[in-house]
Amino acid sequence: MSMSEIQRDLSAEKIAERPSRIAVVLDYVRRYPLGAAGAMVVLAMLFMAVFADVIAPYDPEENSFEHMFSPPSLQFLLGTDDFGRDIFSRIIFGSRTALFVGFVAASVGATAGLVLGVASAYFGGWFDLVLQRVMDVFMAFPLIIMALAVVAVLGTGIDKVIIAITIPFIPMCARVVRSSALAIREIPYVDAARACGFSHARIILRHMVPNVMAPYLIMITAFVGQAILLEAVLSYLGLGVQEPTAAWGLMLKSGAEEYAESAPWIAIFPGVAISLAVFGFNLFGDALRDALDPKLRMQ
Amino acid sequence: MYRYIIKRLLLTIPTLFGAAVLVFVLMRMVPGDVCEVRMAGFGAFADQEAIDICRENLGLNNPWLWAWPWWDSQFGQVMWGYLTLDLGKSMWTGQPITHEIGLRFQLSLQVAFMATAVAILIAIPLGTISAVKQDTWIDYCVRTFSIAGIAMPSFWLGIMIILGLLITTQAWSGTPWMPPIVYVSPFEDLAGNLSQLIWPAVATGYRYSAVATRMTRSALLEVLREDYVRTARAKGLLERVIINRHALKNAMLPVITIFGIEFAFLIGGLVVTEQVFNLNGLGKLFVESVLTNDFTLTQQLVMLVVVIFVFMNFVVDIFYAWLDPRIRYA
Repeated sequence: MSMSEIQRDLSAEKIAERPSRIAVVLDYVRRYPLGAAGAMVVLAMLFMAVFADVIAPYDPEENSFEHMFSPPSLQFLLGTDDFGRDIFSRIIFGSRTALFVGFVAASVGATAGLVLGVASAYFGGWFDLVLQRVMDVFMAFPLIIMALAVVAVLGTGIDKVIIAITIPFIPMCARVVRSSALAIREIPYVDAARACGFSHARIILRHMVPNVMAPYLIMITAFVGQAILLEAVLSYLGLGVQEPTAAWGLMLKSGAEEYAESAPWIAIFPGVAISLAVFGFNLFGDALRDALDPKLRMQ
Repeated sequence: MYRYIIKRLLLTIPTLFGAAVLVFVLMRMVPGDVCEVRMAGFGAFADQEAIDICRENLGLNNPWLWAWPWWDSQFGQVMWGYLTLDLGKSMWTGQPITHEIGLRFQLSLQVAFMATAVAILIAIPLGTISAVKQDTWIDYCVRTFSIAGIAMPSFWLGIMIILGLLITTQAWSGTPWMPPIVYVSPFEDLAGNLSQLIWPAVATGYRYSAVATRMTRSALLEVLREDYVRTARAKGLLERVIINRHALKNAMLPVITIFGIEFAFLIGGLVVTEQVFNLNGLGKLFVESVLTNDFTLTQQLVMLVVVIFVFMNFVVDIFYAWLDPRIRYA
C-alpha cells in the first residue's frame, strides 16, 4: 500500500464516522473557548429574562423605606437602593429590558440595512449612488450623537429609545451587506435568474439575500451588545427608559453617583451586569464571525 | 495625486451639506423651543406675549426654508453663516457660539489627546504580544481585556475610578482624595491639571484602546505570514528585530486609520465622560444645549463633530492613497 493510499483510507474513514451533536459542541468549545464562554453568558442572560418572575425574590418596582441602603446580605443579596428596592431583583428584571431593546433594535436595524444594502448592490446606478451618499451623511454622526438627536426629537420612553438605537444601525449594516452583495451580483446565477424573467423582488429575496446571511447574522450579534450599551448610556443620561422600570443604565443614574461612597453596591452591580452582558454578546459574536466568515476577521 | 486630493475633497461637500440639512431639520422637529424653556424658568405661568417677543427677537418666527430674500429664512441664515464662518449666537446665553465653544475646546481637546495617548500605550504593546503569542493563554487574556474595554460603559468605569480613588486614598492616608473639580490650564499648573484630567482620559482611553488592540493584533498576524518576514527569519535575525523593524512598521497602517477615525468619535464619547467627571467641556455643553432646547448651539456642536469626523476620514484616505498608488487610480 502506497503512502497516498493510506492517506486516502484515513480520510475516507473520517468522513464515514458522523460526529455526534455533543462532539460538534465540544469541538466548537475547543476551537473557540472565548466564544463558548460568551455563549454561556448569553444563555444565562436569556434564562434570567425568561424566568425573571421565578428567580427574583422581590418585586423590582416596590419601594420599601424601612430597607433603604441595606448593604448586601442574605436577605438582600446585592443590597438595596435609595428607595429600598432590591438590587438583585432589579438586575434580574433589567435583563428583560436590555434584551428586549437589544434584540428589537439589532434585528430591525440589521434587517432594514440588509434590504437596503442588497437593493443598493442589485440595482446599482443612480439608486446606489444616492443611497450611498445618504448613508455617508448618517455615518458621519457618532452613534451616541445620532441617538441623542433622535431622542431629543421623539422624547423618552422604551419605544423611542429603540427607534433612536435602530436608526444609526441601518447604514452600518447596509454598508457591509452591500459590499458582500456586490460580489454575489457578479456570479452567473443572478444573471440566470434574470434571464428566467423573475421579478426584482424574487431575485433579491430568494437569490441574493440568502447568500449574505453570514455578514447579516454577524452584524446582528454585534449590534445586540452595542444596543444594550447604548440603552444604558441613554438611560443614564435620563433620556432613555424612565423610572420605575428596571433598567441597568437607569439604576446607575438614580443616586448611584451621589451615594457611591456610602453605598457603593448601588453603583457597582448594575455596571457589572451591563459589562457582562455586552461582553458575552461580543465574545459570542466574534467567535460566530470567525466560524462563519474568516474574510470579515479584519473588521 | 493632486487630482485625487481634489476629487476626494469635493466628495466631502455633499456629505457636509447633507449633514447640515439633516441636523437642521431634526433640530426644528424637537418639540418646544428655547423661549418656552426660559419663560418656564421664571415661574409656573408662562406669559404668551413674552414668549412671542422672545421668539421674534431670536428669529424663530422666520420661515424655515424659504423666504424672500432667501437668507432671511432660518436655513438660509445657517448656510450663509457657514460660508462667512459665523456660527451665530447661542439662544440661551446670547453669547457668540464660537465664544462658547472656545471656552471649552481646550479642555475637551486635551482630554481627547490624553485618551489617545493612553490608548496607544495600551493598544500597540498588547496587540503585538497577542499576535506574537497567538492562541496561547496570553493571547486569550489580552483579547478578554480588550473586549472588556468595549463592554464596559465608560461612565460606569468613570464612577468606579472615582470610587477606587476614594477608597485607596482613604486606606492609604486616612483622608479621601478626589480629583480637583475646577479646571486649570496646563500652562499654569501642570500637576493640578493632570491630576484632574488623567482619570477621564484613562476611562475613555481604555475603551478606545480596545478596537485598536484588536486591529494591531489582526494586522500583525497578517503581516507575519508575508514572505519578507520568512526571509528575515531565514537570515537568522532576532525575532525581536523582525517584529519591531519589519513586521510592526507594515502593520501600522490600518492601526493608524483606526486611531484617526476613533479620534473623531472620541469627541462624541466625551459627552458621557464629562458628565461623570463633572468637566465643563464640549460634551457637557452639548447635553446642556439639548436640555435647554438651545438648538442653534446643538446644531453647531453636532456639525463640529461631523466636520472633525469628515476631515479625519479625508486625511486617512489621502494618507492611504499616498502610500498605495492603486487607490489613487481606482
